[in-house]
Amino acid sequence: MAERSFAKEVQKLKIGEGETFSGEGILALTKALLEAGVGYVGGYQGAPISHLMDVLADAEEILTELGVRYEANASEAAAAAMLAASVHYPIRGAVTFKGPVGVNVASDALANLSSAGVTGGALVIIGEDYGEGSSIMQERSHAFAMKSQMWLLDPRPNLPSIVQSVHQGFELSEATNTPVMLMVRIRSCHVTGSFQAKDNKRPPFTVKDALANPRSDYARVVLPPMSYLQEHDKIDNRWPAALKHIRDNGLNEMFGPKQAPIGIVLQGGMYNGVIRALQRLGLADIHGETEIPLYVLNVTYPLVPDEFSEFCQGKSAVLVVEEGQPEFIEQALGSALYKAGSSVKLHGKDMLPMAGEYTGQVMLDGLEAFIRKAAPEMLPARLRAPNSDQKPALPDLSKTVPMRPPGFCTGCPERPIFAAIKLTEMEHGKHQIAADIGCHLFATLPPFEIGGSTMGYGLGPASNAAFDGGGDKRSISILGDGGFWHNGLSSSIGNAVYNQSDGVIVIVDNFYSAATGGQDILSSRATNPTKTTGQPIADALKGVGVKWVRQIDRTYDVPKMRQILNEALTTDHVGPKVIVASSECMLNKQRREKPLASKAIKEGRRVEKPRFGIDEDVCTGDHACIRLSGCPSLSLKRLDDPLRDDPVASIDQSCVGCGNCGEVADAAVLCPSFYRADVVFNPNWFERSLGAFTSRIITWLQHHRSRGRIEFVRT
Amino acid sequence: MPNNTHSALKAQPNDPALDQIIKLAIMAVGGQGGGVLTNWIEDCAHRNGYVVQATSVAGVAQRTGATIYYMEMAPAGERQPVFSLMPAAGDVDILVAAEMMEAGRAIMRGFVTPDRTTLIASSHRALAVSEKTVPGDGIADSDEVIAAAEIAAQRFIAFDMEKMAVDVGSMISASLFGALAGSGALPFARESFEAAIKASGRGVEASLRAFAAGFEAAAGGKVEAQQKSSSSTGDTPAGPKTLIEKWAALEARAAAFPAPVRDMVLTGLRAVVDFQDLDYGEDYLGRLDTVLSCDDAAKGHELTLEAAKYIAKAMAYDDVFRVADLKTRGSRFARVRAEIAPAKGAQMKLTEFMHPRAEEIVGMMPAGLGRRLSGSARTMRLIDKVVNRGRRLRTDRLLPFAQLYVLGGLRKYRRGTLRHAIETDHLETWLELALSYSRIDYALGVETLRNRRLVKGYSDTHARGLSKFDRVMQGVALLAGRDDAAHWCRLLREAALADEKGEQLEGALKTVRSFAEKPATARQN
Repeated sequence: MAERSFAKEVQKLKIGEGETFSGEGILALTKALLEAGVGYVGGYQGAPISHLMDVLADAEEILTELGVRYEANASEAAAAAMLAASVHYPIRGAVTFKGPVGVNVASDALANLSSAGVTGGALVIIGEDYGEGSSIMQERSHAFAMKSQMWLLDPRPNLPSIVQSVHQGFELSEATNTPVMLMVRIRSCHVTGSFQAKDNKRPPFTVKDALANPRSDYARVVLPPMSYLQEHDKIDNRWPAALKHIRDNGLNEMFGPKQAPIGIVLQGGMYNGVIRALQRLGLADIHGETEIPLYVLNVTYPLVPDEFSEFCQGKSAVLVVEEGQPEFIEQALGSALYKAGSSVKLHGKDMLPMAGEYTGQVMLDGLEAFIRKAAPEMLPARLRAPNSDQKPALPDLSKTVPMRPPGFCTGCPERPIFAAIKLTEMEHGKHQIAADIGCHLFATLPPFEIGGSTMGYGLGPASNAAFDGGGDKRSISILGDGGFWHNGLSSSIGNAVYNQSDGVIVIVDNFYSAATGGQDILSSRATNPTKTTGQPIADALKGVGVKWVRQIDRTYDVPKMRQILNEALTTDHVGPKVIVASSECMLNKQRREKPLASKAIKEGRRVEKPRFGIDEDVCTGDHACIRLSGCPSLSLKRLDDPLRDDPVASIDQSCVGCGNCGEVADAAVLCPSFYRADVVFNPNWFERSLGAFTSRIITWLQHHRSRGRIEFVRT
Repeated sequence: MPNNTHSALKAQPNDPALDQIIKLAIMAVGGQGGGVLTNWIEDCAHRNGYVVQATSVAGVAQRTGATIYYMEMAPAGERQPVFSLMPAAGDVDILVAAEMMEAGRAIMRGFVTPDRTTLIASSHRALAVSEKTVPGDGIADSDEVIAAAEIAAQRFIAFDMEKMAVDVGSMISASLFGALAGSGALPFARESFEAAIKASGRGVEASLRAFAAGFEAAAGGKVEAQQKSSSSTGDTPAGPKTLIEKWAALEARAAAFPAPVRDMVLTGLRAVVDFQDLDYGEDYLGRLDTVLSCDDAAKGHELTLEAAKYIAKAMAYDDVFRVADLKTRGSRFARVRAEIAPAKGAQMKLTEFMHPRAEEIVGMMPAGLGRRLSGSARTMRLIDKVVNRGRRLRTDRLLPFAQLYVLGGLRKYRRGTLRHAIETDHLETWLELALSYSRIDYALGVETLRNRRLVKGYSDTHARGLSKFDRVMQGVALLAGRDDAAHWCRLLREAALADEKGEQLEGALKTVRSFAEKPATARQN
């Protein structure tokens, strides 16, 4: 079960013609797919489209009723490969994953798909992870569309436009026999809004129909000489067909006056940001009626030269608003203008930054700079001659406000694994450690600072391959359960076995694809009615020939974790040493168990709830425990005691009693300040009586001691 | 459509309808329920006939990290307004910060401006990892953010909304929602806010209680920093009559100290008496008398003040008896109970985490015996083999409690133990050194006393603290006699507290050596 449930929201997917759908971008996308008569859907989770996968999973019943096949693909490559169903059959298919990293993984299949061409509409919905909130390297998926000749849609970020682009995407794909990428940015995935719904459509030709009537045609196979023909087909037929279709169907939009001295060309996704900047410059109203003509590229690849040159007519200057780099669109438009011998001045990255997100301020500054240069008379008086409305001098907070990068959640089972590794490093010195993609990547940050590189999902151990030959100290690599099944089993583990790696591999198994929102994977322990789970990682390891495997079923056991790490680092076994450290993701565990526990307490059943605490008079404020934890619930407080210089450690009520504090205090011989309090709800008769009896004696002893000495009490 | 000529394309005054757009940003720490709050606000705005657009940044970036939710709303009309998907500097009407440093971050990013922004912030702190890992005090200063907020915001409302919510069994999202309603920044009636909570259907009662508390406080326009936690130590003596009388005499002696140091002497006296007994308190006052006799009233008795603090800390060191005593006290049981607050009828098990090493065992022995045993590495290893492992003691049970209780009672014999001898020795060396420095350089004497702050923690951490203390003192020895010795002593101490491994201290020491040792080498040449 995923972290966020859409079980309630997906019911909205059933509404039909004449009704208004309101909700988030990802739900709108799903509804649009159903309205478009999609025959199969799939994908691989990853922000910002993780929740689209969750919506699809929660909507599986609705999908199945409509005859739509839903597949939770093993990776982006697997998802893209699934689109092969649209090569020969007139079936619409859609898959989703994040860009550009997911597109990287999928690119082999996408390139093959593009070369072969499609019969049914094939749509790749890409969540472009660029700008604030992104968790990956900053790149553009745009280049993939260009190199494989796939068409790239970048609709305006509102629900009606996004929904419309799904329909248009399928139509464009079918009209040009070319797969289409539909790009949505981080915020548009979760933007709320509404649109007029249509009836859901059963696919006219289903995947079951295809199985009953199989087809093949070697002209579609990517193999010489067909591959040469396919390359020409792309340019001779599909490309012109795309230009014609885009033009005839008005996929790109123009806003504002027909004629004006200047204009702006923008990616559809930039529309709201551009309008806001124009609104602030007094050049657009609340509804987006603009004084400056806009040419909105809802299709950012291919560009339509005729449309662009029409837009440029009568204008002296045009600005291209294109986020990220390189500036593919600007280059192409510049080249078009040059070849046409045009005198129109083209601006773009000279007014707006080459790299980084186009935030509100960036957009405002860029547009203002452009207008100031190209048509200064359009600027409002206040900007033309800026009066000296002085901004108040603010104290500099940059030294005060701390960075707050993401980190392990309260009670995370991965924390003790890295505490153990840190303790091991304290004992044996620093090691070469390679990290991987997943929540465990947070270990590279303080307080652990474990792992110095990340090379891609499931590639942690593979990225240590140069050290497989061994040396003074063994290399260590980290791999998550998500990455393991994504491609780590072959690329990392298989690679290590085959090359007789001397390294140590720690597989962090938290029962889910946790970083992306707790989706199930092969080794998940939960029973999933439509997916096969419960496949142990250790079995898979042995299956590919790993001989040295240690399974830990409670990661919170820090001494054991340390002992096994020590063994792995010192054994004379030849070949990879693999430790599988398994404990359930605490976020998901709490979500599952908390309601059950509350219910049990209400019903009068006996329930124990653990929590940790700190004796503030025993704590000396050295914070050694925090340097082995970083748990959000383990914090500091300043005491109102003049003898205390430094704040003492303190645990708040959000503690879930995972046990890391006690284990670490123990393993690192820290201090006796911690205590664990287990609250027993609805204790039984015997417990109550024994408790009362013990408590009476203890209280008597305490009084006895107090009576014989001087103590200071609060009054 | 405007006229299609160049000159007709004049800038229009801003569309007055644009002013109807309310731009609201929520800056929170992942896990604080920003999503719930966003949904409530969105629902509330819909109920009031507004069109709303909300966005958030989902994904791994949210896990305990800084995150942002953004929404825009305007009265619904025939046509859909075009809203922005992200906040822009200088263009935010309401900024809700679910934590004080997030309010600071909002100010830094320019989202709080005096011409338009109502800043509603919870004054509590969720400390960032970088603030917590510092061995000293790395907590960022909320007052700086409050000072900036007073300038940056058009209106500023701040109080501890976290505590407010927790006190009524709810989440901060509810008290923030209440504060937003109470601030009047949104043109909606209280009932429509509450209706949104009721419609969400989970934990409604508790949420409404937290909402009400937030509403009342914000309606009063409250600006209140977070309160300090009070210490659990009290100051009223309790005990047998004879001891109380004897205490009164000591108290009178403490009260006779000069006014600037009186309170600190009394606090220190309580700490050492609580640690051992009244005689120990007398020892403490004796040491202070010596310091006072070397002190200078013209300097405000700073030397005695610091001595009162750090001698008390040095005398009340942390040993096994101390921990056992503290862990078994009635007042401690009461404090734990208050903190955990088990529901009525529920019972509480209590587990302590102890990890004795050979050092602790020999430290409890009579000084002579302890010294002999600790002199032999083999014996120490042997003792370690027997005792050195994690021990979990259930102090809600009779036998484990009794173990600790008896250990706590052994404090009577503390004065004869090896640990006491070591601690006393260390204390006296340090104090003597400080006093001798103070005779040539008063400020350096004071700083030397303050260096005692470096000694804290247990086992390895304690050892590391001692080593830092020693290294700082070595640096001080090089500096003694220079005009800027006190200044450098303070810098060395601060460097020592900045990181665990002492890398900054090493750097600072290098600098000190570079200028303090040079003249010596020059002379040798």
